[in-house]
Amino acid sequence: MPWVIAIMVALTVLAAGGALAMANLAAQARSDLAGGVTVQIVEADPALRDAQTRRALAALEDMEIVQGMRRVPDAELQALIEPWLGGGVRSEAVPLPALIDVDLNGAADAGTLDDLRAALGPIAPDARVDAQAQWLGPVFDAISALRWLALGLIVLLAFTSAAAVWLAARNALNANRGTIEVVHLLGGTDGQIARIFQRSAIIDAAIGGAVGLVLGAIALKVLGAQFAALESGMVAGGGLDPVDWLLLALVPVAGAAIALLTARMTVLASLGKMP
Amino acid sequence: MNRAVNRSEEEVARFDNVGLRYGTDREVLSDLSFTLFPGRFYFLTGASGAGKTSLLKLLYLAQRPSRGAIRMFGRDVITQPRAQLPSFRRRLGVVFQDFRLIDHLSAYDNIALPLRVSGVREDDLTQPVLDMLDWVGLGHRADARPATLSGGEQQRVAIARAVIGRPDLLVADEPTGNVDPEMALKLIRLFEALNRLGTTVVVATHDVQLLKKVPDSLIMRLDKGHLSDPTGALRFPPRRELSG
Ligand SMILES: Nc1ncnc2c1ncn2[C@@H]1O[C@H](COP(=O)(O)OP(=O)(O)OP(=O)(O)O)[C@@H](O)[C@H]1O
Ligand SMILES: [Mg+2]
Repeated sequence: MPWVIAIMVALTVLAAGGALAMANLAAQARSDLAGGVTVQIVEADPALRDAQTRRALAALEDMEIVQGMRRVPDAELQALIEPWLGGGVRSEAVPLPALIDVDLNGAADAGTLDDLRAALGPIAPDARVDAQAQWLGPVFDAISALRWLALGLIVLLAFTSAAAVWLAARNALNANRGTIEVVHLLGGTDGQIARIFQRSAIIDAAIGGAVGLVLGAIALKVLGAQFAALESGMVAGGGLDPVDWLLLALVPVAGAAIALLTARMTVLASLGKMP
Repeated sequence: MNRAVNRSEEEVARFDNVGLRYGTDREVLSDLSFTLFPGRFYFLTGASGAGKTSLLKLLYLAQRPSRGAIRMFGRDVITQPRAQLPSFRRRLGVVFQDFRLIDHLSAYDNIALPLRVSGVREDDLTQPVLDMLDWVGLGHRADARPATLSGGEQQRVAIARAVIGRPDLLVADEPTGNVDPEMALKLIRLFEALNRLGTTVVVATHDVQLLKKVPDSLIMRLDKGHLSDPTGALRFPPRRELSG
């Protein structure tokens, strides 16, 4: 029994740790991008492009909702596309759009984007306005799906743990039926008899829970280190803070509570059949 | 003093028209009506399968009757909430036909069990349990597991466990079934000693020789689930000298 609980707790810690890390990741990315808007000026003629860009910058400057902005230098753009198109690509050959990173002091919701489009339309007809978060929409969807998956896993694991404890309690009950009957006939109350089984269930759960927590935490640490090694700015936002670790430490406590309740209900149900 | 109340307080057990069937079979006990009075020594006899064990199970609250009323110590146990029954069981001592000692507990711990169940403190139970072990001649086997004891020794542990709590009613199911006549007599003397201390005793046996060993005993006879009362003592208080 302790080993079953250890495995259940380790898996639950992993699933919960993953869910928490993804929640952090999503929250971080969202707050980074919430007020971020990208304005692209897609115009092949460099002179026209430049003129529109300048006008757009000036117009944005005057808007109250805009907190800050930055024209992404062409060199930076070159560097961005280099991995795909190879070095030495000249902008005359492959026309690059001009990019303006805009920081809003509010969220980049649909209404704000429409306002921006309306403002830029007349002066820079080739401007395309996109919320940065929108680019990551599918990523957020995937993260959300993974979190639901983790939640489902945790619920399943809780059920499985309860079932394992139930089976263990029933086995213990059958193995000790004679003892239980005798204690019952000597005037032992249901509570007294249930306490004996609760105690052994709690001891099993405590041992298994501690081992499982350690195993799960080690696995999370190793995984975390691996992701950190990717040095991707996005994954870096997915770490676990102390509050998260505290939550994970509660997993074995919840496991012990499930073990206790299941053992108690199993024993009481069986005792209820005795007169 | 109100005589009716006094009477019911004096009754250890009272059965009224009690019937028992297991499942949907025919009744194995029918129309049982009798009263057990305090301080008496009863033998319950009858052929094998007559229903002796079944009657004792009703008496020690291991079985509910299919019909009829049972009062224990003046209170109706049929309508009693289940949670109240342990307090009745703690006033009983039971010697099971198959001893039912707990394998993984020593003789000492088996005998201490009823006291622990009743919440007696460890300090307070050590001496009584050791005394009881001596009383049944097993002072030197206190730490022995039941499996390492002889049949007779196990029987004495079972009896010690039944009487350690000074029960108001001692119920013994064929307590001499597996021992030689000499040991049987010794055990009966044990019950008599307890009986003299005030415990009501009910011993089920089909050993007719045993009945003669306890002169003042009352006899209940079961025949195919029906009770006959050869000494006429079950319905009304028997006329018996209470001296000595
Ligand atoms: N748990 C049970 N389920 C079904 N039938 C039972 C059960 N216990 C006893 N019986 C039946 O009830 C009848 C009385 O059995 P009981 O054990 O009370 O007899 P007994 O007088 O104690 O017999 P013995 O002297 O052999 O111990 C028997 O016919 C038996 O088959
Ligand atoms: Mg029997």
